[in-house]
Amino acid sequence: MKKRGAWWAWLTFFVGAVYFIVPLIATFEFSMRMKRGEYSFEAYRVVFASSQFQQTFTYSVIVAIFTILLGVFIVVPTAYWVRLRMPHLRPIVEFITLLPLVIPAIVIVFGYIRMYGTNSWLPFLGTITGTNVLLVIGYSVLALPYMYRAVDTGLRTIDVKTLTEAAQIMGAGWPTIIGRVILPNVLIAVLSGAFLTFAIVLGEFTMASLLNRPAFGPYMQNLGANRAYEPAALAIIAFLLTWGCMTAIQFLARYAPKSANRPN
Amino acid sequence: MADSFLSIQNVKKSFGDVTVVQDFNLHVEPGEFVSFLGPSGCGKTTVLRMVAGFEEPTAGKIMVAGKDVTNLKPNKRNVGMVFQAYALFPNLTVAQNVAFGLKVAGMPRADQEKRVAEMLNLIKLPQLGDRYPFQLSGGQQQRVALARALAPMPKLLLLDEPLSALDAKVRVSLREEIRSIQKSLGITTIFVTHDQEEALSISDRIAVMYGGKAEQVGTPFEIYNRPATKFVANFVGTLNVLEGTVSDAANGTVRVNAQEVALKGKLNGSRNGDTLSLALRPEAITLGRRPGADASLSGEISEVHFLGSVIRVRVGVGGSTVSLDTFNNPSTPPPAVGQKTDISFASNDLLVLH
Repeated sequence: MKKRGAWWAWLTFFVGAVYFIVPLIATFEFSMRMKRGEYSFEAYRVVFASSQFQQTFTYSVIVAIFTILLGVFIVVPTAYWVRLRMPHLRPIVEFITLLPLVIPAIVIVFGYIRMYGTNSWLPFLGTITGTNVLLVIGYSVLALPYMYRAVDTGLRTIDVKTLTEAAQIMGAGWPTIIGRVILPNVLIAVLSGAFLTFAIVLGEFTMASLLNRPAFGPYMQNLGANRAYEPAALAIIAFLLTWGCMTAIQFLARYAPKSANRPN
Repeated sequence: MADSFLSIQNVKKSFGDVTVVQDFNLHVEPGEFVSFLGPSGCGKTTVLRMVAGFEEPTAGKIMVAGKDVTNLKPNKRNVGMVFQAYALFPNLTVAQNVAFGLKVAGMPRADQEKRVAEMLNLIKLPQLGDRYPFQLSGGQQQRVALARALAPMPKLLLLDEPLSALDAKVRVSLREEIRSIQKSLGITTIFVTHDQEEALSISDRIAVMYGGKAEQVGTPFEIYNRPATKFVANFVGTLNVLEGTVSDAANGTVRVNAQEVALKGKLNGSRNGDTLSLALRPEAITLGRRPGADASLSGEISEVHFLGSVIRVRVGVGGSTVSLDTFNNPSTPPPAVGQKTDISFASNDLLVLH
């Protein structure tokens, strides 16, 4: 009976592995065929040598960093405050953070264009910097479901109320409590959210394209529409980047502070 | 009360329609160790949290060192607190935890290090400064929490059931350590517990709480031997309760199971025929006739429990059962179940419960 169970487990694993790995291998194999009659990394060389790749990638990385900072700045205090003082609002806040999953990015970005156009009271779109800021805000909204959940899960592992009170009674104000007590103890969760945000920003197309910003997503789309081998190479690169982020999360999780504030 | 260091005056706390603390008054002298003792939900932790500033009283006033702190935020009160759940910061080492309050106060680094070393010596853990909380046992964590609370030299120390999460042996040793540190520093301390033995063993005074009120405030000796209310008598220590009827109010005589017992001046205006609840501590009762004991009752031994150094005997007296303890004597066998016996006591030790 046990042997039969193990057999089914292996079969399921094998089918799953084939489903995920075969397209990946096929894409990788195709990306190596740029030179006729031989396998080479020519497509990768072309991609990395392209100035457009470098510019759009750098742009998206910078936007991702600002998005992460804005996300942390908004989500950590919000999730903390909801947990500490307004637990009854948690379902409402959770619902709001889930909205970006059901409202398409195109709807959000059209809303932005209407709200923050050059004739509006807050003309973000009047300048390049303003548009960049709006893109960061938009990305923060798209990443909200992931960042909020990651931070909220991190907060669940510590006794937020008692730690806050322990810091308060020793004279700490809110900035000290959040900066020195809460944030360091949910840092791994914040980093998980940050890496997810990074992955989203790097691949996002709709917002960057409609706001006409030189981001990595539109570059990938453009390349995919016009070239044969380079998009396959880019897909593998993007895949490796995502995997790199996941590995970094797993690696950093080892250094999470052990929660010792709960006696049992 | 001019000398009181902590003064809690007519404090009331309600959450919505539920009043959890009502008309609570307490004056604590400088350097005094006062315990709040009571069952779960009696309001003891709420009073402590109001003193700490985590809860705001619905009515009343809290003064510390002559200053009204009722509406002051917790971080402005200069109060130290130890929590039941330790509440050490998991991301900081022991030394960093102890230094936390000093750093917040802006103390120079050299002074911080000196003070941390002093505190770690005080709790006898000087070698553990570099460890993280998860590397310590529960007892060690709570000692570090105590050092952290004391490091900024607070005016008042609040201990919120600090021993509840520890095992029995560690509880006893740590409570003695807490008391000795408190005495050596002379810091005014409020200790919340539901464990009567803890409260009786380390407090200067105890406030026994029930239903959001202080039922009695007194020294452990007073609380145990002269309980003011039926609740205090029942909650603190083991108690034998006997029903009696006033047979001669003028002479202070009560009939218990057809036997007369004289209660000098304790009848409190009761009249002939009134029913009274009379209480006796097990240690006030002797099996057989004891010289000097002016009251006795006859009964039959119903249970005998050999506990090693002590033998617990239960004697049926009429419809009631009385528990008493006798020391084990290796040359005398324990009393037998079914044996007819007298129990004797000093009528002065009888408590009339109101």
